[in-house]
Amino acid sequence: MVLFIDNKPYEVPAGKNLLETCLSLGLDVPYFCWHPAMGSVGACRQCAVKVYKDENDQKGRLVMSCMEPVVNNQRISVEDHEAKEFRGHVIEWLMTNHPHDCAVCDEGGSCHLQDMTVMTGHNYRNFRYKKRTYTNQYLGPFLNHEMNRCIQCYRCVRFYKDYAGGKDLDVFASKNNVYFGRAEDGVLENEFSGNLAEVCPTGVFTDKTLKQHYTRKWDLTMAPSVCQHCSIGCNTIAGERYGSLRMIANRYNGDVNGYFLCDRGRYGYEFVNAADRIRNPHIQQRETDRGTLLSTLSGLLNKPGVIGIGSPRASLQSNFVLKALVGEHNFYHGVSDTEHDLAELAVKILREGPVRTPSTKEVEEADAVFILGEDITNTAPILALAVRQSVQQQPAALAEKANIPLWNDAAVKGIVQDKKGPLFIATLTTTKLDELATATYRATPECIARLGFAVAHALDNTSPAVTDLSENMVVLAGQIAQALRAAKKPVIISGAGCESDAVMKAAANVAYALNKENSNTGLVYTMLECNSIGLAMMGGHRLHAAFNAVVNGHADTVIVLENDLYRHGRKSDVEAFLKACRNIIVLDHSVHATTQQADVVIPAGTFAESDGIVVNNEGRAQRFFQVYESKDMVCESWRWLLDIGAAANHARLSHWKNFEEITHAIATDEPLLKRIDAVTPPSQFRVAGQRIPREPHRYSGRTSMHANINVSEPKPPEDADSPLSYTMEGYRGMPPSSMIPFFWSPGWNSVQSVNKYQQEIGGELKGGDPGIRLLEPVADKTIKYFEGIPEAFKPLEDHLLIMPMHHIFGSDELSARSPSVAQRIPKPYILLSMDDAVALSLLENYMLTFYIGRYEYSLPVKVSNALPNGVAAVPYGLPEIPYTELPEWATTRSPKYLHTLTPTYTPKHLNT
Amino acid sequence: MFSIIRTMWLTFLHMFHKRATIQYPEEKPQLPARWRGRIVLTRDPDMEERCVGCYLCAAACPVDCISLQATEDEHGRRYPAFFRINFSRCIFCGYCEEACPTYAIQLIPDFEMGEYVRQNLVYEKEDLLINSQGKYPGYNYYRVAGLAIKGKSKGEGDNELEPVDVHSLLP
Repeated sequence: MVLFIDNKPYEVPAGKNLLETCLSLGLDVPYFCWHPAMGSVGACRQCAVKVYKDENDQKGRLVMSCMEPVVNNQRISVEDHEAKEFRGHVIEWLMTNHPHDCAVCDEGGSCHLQDMTVMTGHNYRNFRYKKRTYTNQYLGPFLNHEMNRCIQCYRCVRFYKDYAGGKDLDVFASKNNVYFGRAEDGVLENEFSGNLAEVCPTGVFTDKTLKQHYTRKWDLTMAPSVCQHCSIGCNTIAGERYGSLRMIANRYNGDVNGYFLCDRGRYGYEFVNAADRIRNPHIQQRETDRGTLLSTLSGLLNKPGVIGIGSPRASLQSNFVLKALVGEHNFYHGVSDTEHDLAELAVKILREGPVRTPSTKEVEEADAVFILGEDITNTAPILALAVRQSVQQQPAALAEKANIPLWNDAAVKGIVQDKKGPLFIATLTTTKLDELATATYRATPECIARLGFAVAHALDNTSPAVTDLSENMVVLAGQIAQALRAAKKPVIISGAGCESDAVMKAAANVAYALNKENSNTGLVYTMLECNSIGLAMMGGHRLHAAFNAVVNGHADTVIVLENDLYRHGRKSDVEAFLKACRNIIVLDHSVHATTQQADVVIPAGTFAESDGIVVNNEGRAQRFFQVYESKDMVCESWRWLLDIGAAANHARLSHWKNFEEITHAIATDEPLLKRIDAVTPPSQFRVAGQRIPREPHRYSGRTSMHANINVSEPKPPEDADSPLSYTMEGYRGMPPSSMIPFFWSPGWNSVQSVNKYQQEIGGELKGGDPGIRLLEPVADKTIKYFEGIPEAFKPLEDHLLIMPMHHIFGSDELSARSPSVAQRIPKPYILLSMDDAVALSLLENYMLTFYIGRYEYSLPVKVSNALPNGVAAVPYGLPEIPYTELPEWATTRSPKYLHTLTPTYTPKHLNT
Repeated sequence: MFSIIRTMWLTFLHMFHKRATIQYPEEKPQLPARWRGRIVLTRDPDMEERCVGCYLCAAACPVDCISLQATEDEHGRRYPAFFRINFSRCIFCGYCEEACPTYAIQLIPDFEMGEYVRQNLVYEKEDLLINSQGKYPGYNYYRVAGLAIKGKSKGEGDNELEPVDVHSLLP
């Protein structure tokens, strides 16, 4: 298609609106209410351009470019005098009530309203009357509210309600008085509320954690990073100033997170700044220096009997160097045996099976989704956001039939009404996505697996059949099978959240059966940690084998890499293990139960102080870059291990000097990780001979920020591991897509500048979306269905099957340490079904005492109508609830063999 | 010959001209009020700190010799937690004063800042903050900004309407 803009012809794709088209071509058209992920509503009138009838038309007519589809040979003008004047007036009206606040506004310097005001040339308020004011609301620990600044673009409610499914933000009052907020003060409940800070074109909603150590965008040292708080691996930008991490912003990756992050990812970063971080090496709880540490360790490591325990939250590099240091046979995955099996199963299914695992973006485009066992809102929130969009896919066909382009949001919503595409959810209890579901099924993992196997059998007779199915389940399985079969792009989602291999196998069977007829079938497994899949692809032994090796006397020295073993093993096992170890060496950044028992503690870097690669649930290897070098002795685990290896004269480790060399070694050594040295360009990469600066060109205070210590400025650190520099000098153009430290373009200071980095609006980044997919199915595989259908769950008298219940805030180890996230962590509880609560004569908030093994627990009761009988659920990973390998049977009767000295656990705040 | 005598005569006449040279430091120079000398942080008419920690001075500084950290009190009023100028780098260009939206940072006609130790040229907030409004008396940024602070709720600033009553249906 040809489009003439200001008499210049451009080749443009069809089906888009004029605004998107102009922005894709790199032209600056101002806008407010349009958002690439949410489409157009034509409310703000800011994007007006002129459209001409033909080349002889001199007059033209003003149209809103976001509401006008591209037509072949159309002639438009952005620069037309009348259009410019119109846009100037519009912004002047929008600004009549905008306060004189920029100096004290957190948005200043990355503000879309500032950018658009400058772009349209408005600079003087002609309106002589008083400014309207509003009172603000308390919106919880994540967002600050300053309603005076609002320009009524409606983006916040469109995102919060329509896109993210939030219920508690709305628009109130009328005409010139409209108010965007909650019905009353209170915490914004939606998991994606933090995106309002980026969606709002001005400073009505701003990041409250950033406010506590406020820094302008131009003053941050930023680096491309990857979120470490779940297995999706959203791309983030992490910003530092004065040695502390200041904020996490979204880094667009069309395949993974698109424009949005969840609140766990956005606000979980504060653990990096914790006062009790491990900043110096300790031997026997005493601070020590580098030399002593290395000589002590080289003495320890030159003796036999050293084992290493890796971590699913450490990078591939760190795990690999540990593996190389202790030897392949002495390297153990630091995850519970169930998690170990589930991650290996996921890798096996995705690598050897016929079904492809789709990216989050592809899940968004799915037209039928079947979720087995996973509460994705809490285990992989961004995936849940994608599923929320996927239910719109099927009804959107109505709009297409009516000739309404899909970007025309209000019209599409009008024709779709509340119709939803097929979404089936089989989980233990209610989830937040239930409101969108066609049908839900509440059961234990065994029964969920049976449903899955039944669906697979309904799709393909050759897959194993389930016996003794209830009639309801047969009907439900048939319904699900029919909906999935009718879909063009069905997606099956399951994961490690319910700790059941049967559920994951059932999901695989469904996907295999579907894939026979429809090769567009997708299968998604979510995992529990950011590098679970990467660790599973690396090979290593089970954690229990490590315990046995030490307890049986085959080894006496253990190196634990960024891992709190108490989160991965049964308390009694871990205690026995640690007691049996003669030397416990722990590398970590935060204090936990394992570091407290360690003989040697080594200060590892967090993601912000480290370079590394993690592999997400999709098998996508993604690199995170060091944001800043710590002033203390903190550095990457892999660097510590290299130094230790060199001190101990380790043959391989003494050869590796930097990130690059380790990554090459992984690519040669590990058959499943062959391509990871291509994730980012090598460290010698330069653009026009220059590095890529981590600091924007307006970075300030270089000759003053350290002047209190010494007036002579220190030399900035040099980065041996990446092509990025720690200064503001370097290449100012567009860096390769895998190494974008921040989004900025002349005239576009806000995050909206991402438009300039995309191939086309909402599409992939120029140069392709970052990350390399390591797991692709082999074509033409014969399908081997999983057998082993579990028996249906039967409740046991006086017993409860304790299941883990994941929470977006609290279940992840690191983000739970962030003070803002900590305010949102639920209080410990045990969830019981109504019948069980009645049988035990318990009411809500009564204490239930139960016993797992020889441990006694006492937790307040919550009652659920949805939970199956004979099952109870406790929040996973909460610091107050000691970890046992769940699911586990508990008894409600005091067992006879209960040890008299058993520590009784009652959460502190419940004592009062 | 004549030119030599003329030159001597003109030189002789200069003895009676007004002298441009002054005997500094015994005698102090009279500098105009807009002379760009030492940088100070001023206070508003209520004798509160004018600086709101907006970082514009730091961004404008061509030699990057200003660094600060913004923070706020319990009522939401912003101020710099620290404010540092490295005068050994400062070129007295006055861009910081131009950039300042609150008239907080001002250059005053004082240039007597010589030090033997370069480290002493690093000025912290307590060295910079003066008890005066400086060159721009009467301006109070928080009176015209929309933000509520202690003693000024929403709608109490200059040129502001009462806060909107969201529950009202009146036209």
